[in-house]
Amino acid sequence: MALEITAARPDPALLDLPWRIPLEEWPEDILAALPRGISRHVVRFVRLSGRVLAVKEIKADLARREYELLRNLNRLGMPCVEPFAVISGRVGADGRELDACLVTRHLQFSLPYRALYSQTLRKGTATRLIDALAVLLVRLHLAGFWWGDVSLSNTLFRRDAGAFAAYLVDAETGELRQRLSDGQREHDLDIARINIAGELMDLEAGGLLQEDRDPVAVSERIMTRYRELWGELTGPELIDDGERWRVEDRMRRLNALGFDVDELEITTDLDGTSIRIQPKVVDAGHHSRRLLRLTGLDVRENQARRLLNDLDAFTAATGRQGEDEEIVAHEWLTRIYEPVTRRVPRGLVAKLEPAELFHEVLEHRWYLAERARHDIPIEQAIDDYVASVLPGKPDEQSVLGVDTRELPVIAGPNAQP
Amino acid sequence: MAQRTLTTGGKGAVARVPIDPPARHTGDTADTDVGGSFTLYNGSSGTFLPVKEGNDVMATVKFDQASRIYPGNDTPSVDRLDIDVADGEFLVLVGPSGCGKSTSLRMLAGLEEVNDGKIWIGDRDVTDLSPKDRDVAMVFQNYALYPHMTVADNMGFALKIAGVDKGEIRKRVQEAAGILDLTDYLERKPKALSGGQRQRVAMGRAIVRSPQVFLMDEPLSNLDAKLRVQTRTQIASLQRRLGVTTVYVTHDQIEAMTMGDRIALLKDGILQQCATPREMYDRPNNVFVAGFIGSPAMNLVSVPVTEDGVQFGSHRLHVDRSLLGSSGNEVIVGMRPEDVEVTTNEDGLELIVDVVEELGADAYVYATPANPDIRLEGVGDDALAKPFIARVDGRRVPDKGSKIFVYPNPDHMHVFDKESGARLG
Repeated sequence: MALEITAARPDPALLDLPWRIPLEEWPEDILAALPRGISRHVVRFVRLSGRVLAVKEIKADLARREYELLRNLNRLGMPCVEPFAVISGRVGADGRELDACLVTRHLQFSLPYRALYSQTLRKGTATRLIDALAVLLVRLHLAGFWWGDVSLSNTLFRRDAGAFAAYLVDAETGELRQRLSDGQREHDLDIARINIAGELMDLEAGGLLQEDRDPVAVSERIMTRYRELWGELTGPELIDDGERWRVEDRMRRLNALGFDVDELEITTDLDGTSIRIQPKVVDAGHHSRRLLRLTGLDVRENQARRLLNDLDAFTAATGRQGEDEEIVAHEWLTRIYEPVTRRVPRGLVAKLEPAELFHEVLEHRWYLAERARHDIPIEQAIDDYVASVLPGKPDEQSVLGVDTRELPVIAGPNAQP
Repeated sequence: MAQRTLTTGGKGAVARVPIDPPARHTGDTADTDVGGSFTLYNGSSGTFLPVKEGNDVMATVKFDQASRIYPGNDTPSVDRLDIDVADGEFLVLVGPSGCGKSTSLRMLAGLEEVNDGKIWIGDRDVTDLSPKDRDVAMVFQNYALYPHMTVADNMGFALKIAGVDKGEIRKRVQEAAGILDLTDYLERKPKALSGGQRQRVAMGRAIVRSPQVFLMDEPLSNLDAKLRVQTRTQIASLQRRLGVTTVYVTHDQIEAMTMGDRIALLKDGILQQCATPREMYDRPNNVFVAGFIGSPAMNLVSVPVTEDGVQFGSHRLHVDRSLLGSSGNEVIVGMRPEDVEVTTNEDGLELIVDVVEELGADAYVYATPANPDIRLEGVGDDALAKPFIARVDGRRVPDKGSKIFVYPNPDHMHVFDKESGARLG
């Protein structure tokens, strides 16, 4: 059987990887990180043409299915890992057929939840992760994706101006539908709650849960956060004819949550005394789209919100409110954002992404100013931050962990009958 | 006093072990009262299983003309499905990909809308109930164990989330561990267990919730062949020990044959036959069932109808004309590989031997009709000519390339209508 590579943009270097060897036995010198823990499937990280790839060994039909699903999710603009290739038709040196491999790109600056818990945590990290997962789940459900195995293990997190943004990593159990029924959404939520509670209880049992929070209570939060957000994004609202400002108000509330309304359904009752409004199509990324349009910076939603606030402050401070927004934004970019983010010495760039660094510098400036009881210029804040805070941060550009560290029950090479 | 019982006997001989009722929990998890007859705690992981008192209701399942039409489709994905599953029965839904078996299971689980008809669990109409109020458990949906938690905690943690009190959790975990032969391992970590024991822990996670019905959707699909065989035996024997009504979906007819008390075979959303494995094998309702059940598959050949039967090559087979009734000039005759008479006496259908598969005591002969106009019917890839398969004595095996003649053993042959595919007689 011939080795078969399915990829949108195949990299010839893929052929150099040792596909005739079972993934579990790949030599350490090609791995980007040593394997840790046990995963449901064998997963390894390799470095190839300057990027890090995650390779998962899995049955060929499942690999192809997941590859297609991830491609479709990417097309829909969903936050998830990017599929890179499927390698099938593998034959071992002994002539035995080997399972196929699904290759995905490693998401830079992403953190598995276990890595977050092994760091000294800021208070409330557990709940911030849940909040990020709730947003991800709502977005996936709006797009018609039925996940089937929602968990912290199947999610990666990126810092997002003090909060987190969640990305789907494992789509193995997922299905893309036209629209999800309430039962299907509830099913995902139910699975999410049990998995999160189990994952946190496991950390607790392993002495890794630093915050004194009840795992069950934290897991309940996925339900409430999800329902709040889902209700705000999709729920109908009845308003009196004299309260038309509330239509505008609803749009603003959705914007504040980071969503744009692409389609709003407005129906009036027969005598015209009340109006029913219901968002039909909503699109995440309100702030990040606006920032992208103004500055060309492609960052996450909360980072964009933070940067836009700083842009507003800059506009006000320089008395440019009446001017063309794009021109002021360009000036802010070249006078403030770029000089600040370029101030980081080469040796420290793997610590944080530029936008997150900028957010941290703004935070740092606020603390400095509070202590000094007067305003601190951003130049001074960045210098102080680089000197005193940044060196102590862990490198987060390529934190690699297996997708899940749980024990395989049925599948997997470790399961000895 | 309300008593909760956990069923532990096999089918027919059901022993019910009374358990003290759980203390009503006062935590902040939501309780859902259904019908006021028992308390339901909110569902669980891929298991949707509420935990309740008074689980001694009959857990029958009934698909009553249940249909599912996906938006934008003209034809239903599940078309007026009628199946009655008995209390404690292991029913397997089987069929090729796209036949509607998973959709049917999900309709029962509450994950797929029922557009027409009804679904009953016991005497409850669950058609419009939410998944978690149906008291069904999707087993194996996520089969991960947590490495830092003990086996007992791995089995019982979902009950904790449901707000069941500690004493009650301990009791149920111990009982499930007894059934699963895990009592000595309860305080160990999963890492110390064998693969088989880990599987049982995962089953224990569902068992402690004591659902009315277990649902399993291709739970073995990503296992390698060896583990698949072991696990399917374990699941089947455990199900018989627990006596919990189970609906199991697979595309694999061998899995269906070996596991199910009864099998429901679907094609294009329509139920073809629902019967015991033996009945499906011996008396398939139609050509599709005949070709799907059994491995290697039944040989199906179109043959001309004669005055007193059918003409099978040069061999005349007597078939009661009344059975052939209104069938046209041709019918389809089916015979299993073990029911084929093989001869070199120019009596029967002439075949050329392609391959002989030696199995020791027996051998399978794969052959093609000498007359290229004769094609074998049946399920599968129509582009490929299907071979005729006969099981022969391992000591008298024809040579590859040789000419043989075959006809069916008249006591074990099947006759189907050429047009409708329906069984005749």
